[in-house]
Amino acid sequence: MVKYLLKRIARSLLTLIIIITIVFVLVRQMPIEGYFDNFDKLTDAQIETKLDAMGLNDPMPKQIINFYKNLLKGDLGVSNKIQRNVPVVDILLPKLPVSIKLGSASLVLSLLLGIPLGILMTKYKGKFFDKFGTVFIVFIQAAPAAVYYLFIQHYGTNLFGIPMIYSEDVSIFWWLLPVFSMSLGNIAYYGMWLRRYMVDELNKDYVRLARAKGLSEGKIMFKHVFKNAFVPMVQYIPTSFLNTVIGSIYVESLYSINGMGGLLVKSVQQSDNNLVQAIVLLYATVGIIGLLLGDLLMVFIDPRITLSEKGGDR
Amino acid sequence: MKKFSIKGQKTENLENSLNEALKDDVRNRKMSEKELFSRAKFDEEAVERIGYSNYSYWRCTFRAFLKQKFAMFLVVMMFVVVGFTVIQPYLPGQHDPNFYNTYTDINGREKTAQNVKPYLNYKVNCVLNKIGIVGDDKLNYTVNGGFDMSTGKVQIIEMSGEEYFNLHGKYILGTNGNGQDLWARLWAGTRNSLFIGVCVALVEAILGIIVGVLWGYVRRLDFIFTEIYNILDNIPNTILLILISYIMKPSISTLIFAMCLTGWIQMARFIRNQILIIRDRDYNTASRCLGTPTRRILYKNCLPYLVSVIMLRIALTIPSVIGSEVFITYIGLGLPIKIPSLGRLIDDGRALLSTAKSYQLFYPVIILSAITISFYVIGNAFSDSADPKNHR
Repeated sequence: MVKYLLKRIARSLLTLIIIITIVFVLVRQMPIEGYFDNFDKLTDAQIETKLDAMGLNDPMPKQIINFYKNLLKGDLGVSNKIQRNVPVVDILLPKLPVSIKLGSASLVLSLLLGIPLGILMTKYKGKFFDKFGTVFIVFIQAAPAAVYYLFIQHYGTNLFGIPMIYSEDVSIFWWLLPVFSMSLGNIAYYGMWLRRYMVDELNKDYVRLARAKGLSEGKIMFKHVFKNAFVPMVQYIPTSFLNTVIGSIYVESLYSINGMGGLLVKSVQQSDNNLVQAIVLLYATVGIIGLLLGDLLMVFIDPRITLSEKGGDR
Repeated sequence: MKKFSIKGQKTENLENSLNEALKDDVRNRKMSEKELFSRAKFDEEAVERIGYSNYSYWRCTFRAFLKQKFAMFLVVMMFVVVGFTVIQPYLPGQHDPNFYNTYTDINGREKTAQNVKPYLNYKVNCVLNKIGIVGDDKLNYTVNGGFDMSTGKVQIIEMSGEEYFNLHGKYILGTNGNGQDLWARLWAGTRNSLFIGVCVALVEAILGIIVGVLWGYVRRLDFIFTEIYNILDNIPNTILLILISYIMKPSISTLIFAMCLTGWIQMARFIRNQILIIRDRDYNTASRCLGTPTRRILYKNCLPYLVSVIMLRIALTIPSVIGSEVFITYIGLGLPIKIPSLGRLIDDGRALLSTAKSYQLFYPVIILSAITISFYVIGNAFSDSADPKNHR
């Protein structure tokens, strides 16, 4: 088991390094204006000297090695536009907890609402609730998030009489709206798959046996069907984690929440290269860790999955 | 002796019944050589007797699809919408989507026709007024007539709807803050967004099928492609999309490139899994033993099995690409202002949601949602009907 874990983690680490390198090489192709705060006023010679000083004219392998050296020291360069000459790490660190809180709250909420949705849809299969749920799921999956986030913000804040935009003194209640909008996609996702798996399980022989020996419907649903149907669901948790990452970019910037996603939008708009690079790398890392955790969770939750190399193959 | 006679009678009986059955058949008819060696016509009633059915995959698929009324309705609607986006610029009386329209005000000065109210809304109000739902006040407009030099005041003029639209020119959906015709922009935007969506879906499908078939069929390639997949799948798509659009200049081809970059591997993975399942089925082994070339096995045995999966992926890619375009425009990396798209229209309309001009947001949102939801539903319905398990 330990051997498997180590292997899986080492693998993720390798993937991470490859991805960081790819992203780094891509980022180096960014327009060079993004490294200066006063690009238009500089002469060509000045630009060249500055680029040399920053090591941007070095050959690519040397740049990559330098980058990793700095990364180990925790140095990701300085911001050029958003907050001039402030180290990127200092800008990002205080924003990280905000995004993590938002993301995990949304994940919890989507599990809390998505699972009952799936169970109820199975229970009332073919009846009104099932049809209603299907329409909801189709709508959420098909309509662009950009649009319904906007409407939720506008009508939701009007309805509850709460401010549209984040400020220091908002109540916990205020967070409900952004967290809920972020969760919608995942709620539909969980509802859809859980229903599908549970309907599959319901047709199996052991359910018929359980009915034959007189078990109550509720017990069959929870003790047998739900337990079995939820195992494959676990592997969607990392995917939905990635979804919240994307949702957070949108929601944070829409509600002006002081997190990473909002910052990414801002730094893209003002073309602050170092900041964009750091945030992109961070998101890629978060994504990989999420997938790793999902795989490990799967192993722990389902005793049938053997801890061999094949078990970890997603 | 008795035995024999019974036997003889039996044979006779058998012969009689056979002759009866074959009355019109070959034996009793004189057939020319040519007719004898030509293909027989398909006979519905003979199916049970001879055990041959004229099952056609595509006919059953379409028959199953035609039964789904709602999906059919959406297909017709999409045909109309897509058709209209194509012919719209050639219709008479259309405005240029990027032209800043002007009008002449009461003082004879030329002004930008900013935020002109939609003619459509006026017409709808007229109809509602006749029924009695909407009051007369909705048919009159208060217009800022311009600065009057003699009084030193801004003239406020009451106008009837007809006068208003005669002065401003008829814009079906009105104009935006820059005086650009929203009707033209809406259709140009739909055209561009659909174009991007269809292009990405096709590139993904073609690349995905080629790679997926190779990946699944050629065992030696499995390891390499799986490693590539593990890496590509770990990069969040949106991040890559943002990065590529940030690096390259915003244009339609940039967006298509950025969105094609990761999607194909998902498609390839899908197809690879399916191919792995069916490549060693008995009928494929049999084909291989009979010396059928690999290409024919893939075309005839494997790909038809995958049609439903492929169609579903294509139909789902289009709405998700259009959604990504909206997202990327929101971030500020979308298409240049000169090229209208649904994302641009929604982003422009976003700020107006809480004002009286919110219709500038609603019209693109309606079209956008109609397109994405339709493609989603059609895709699912088609993949259901294309699944041979659902054919009787």
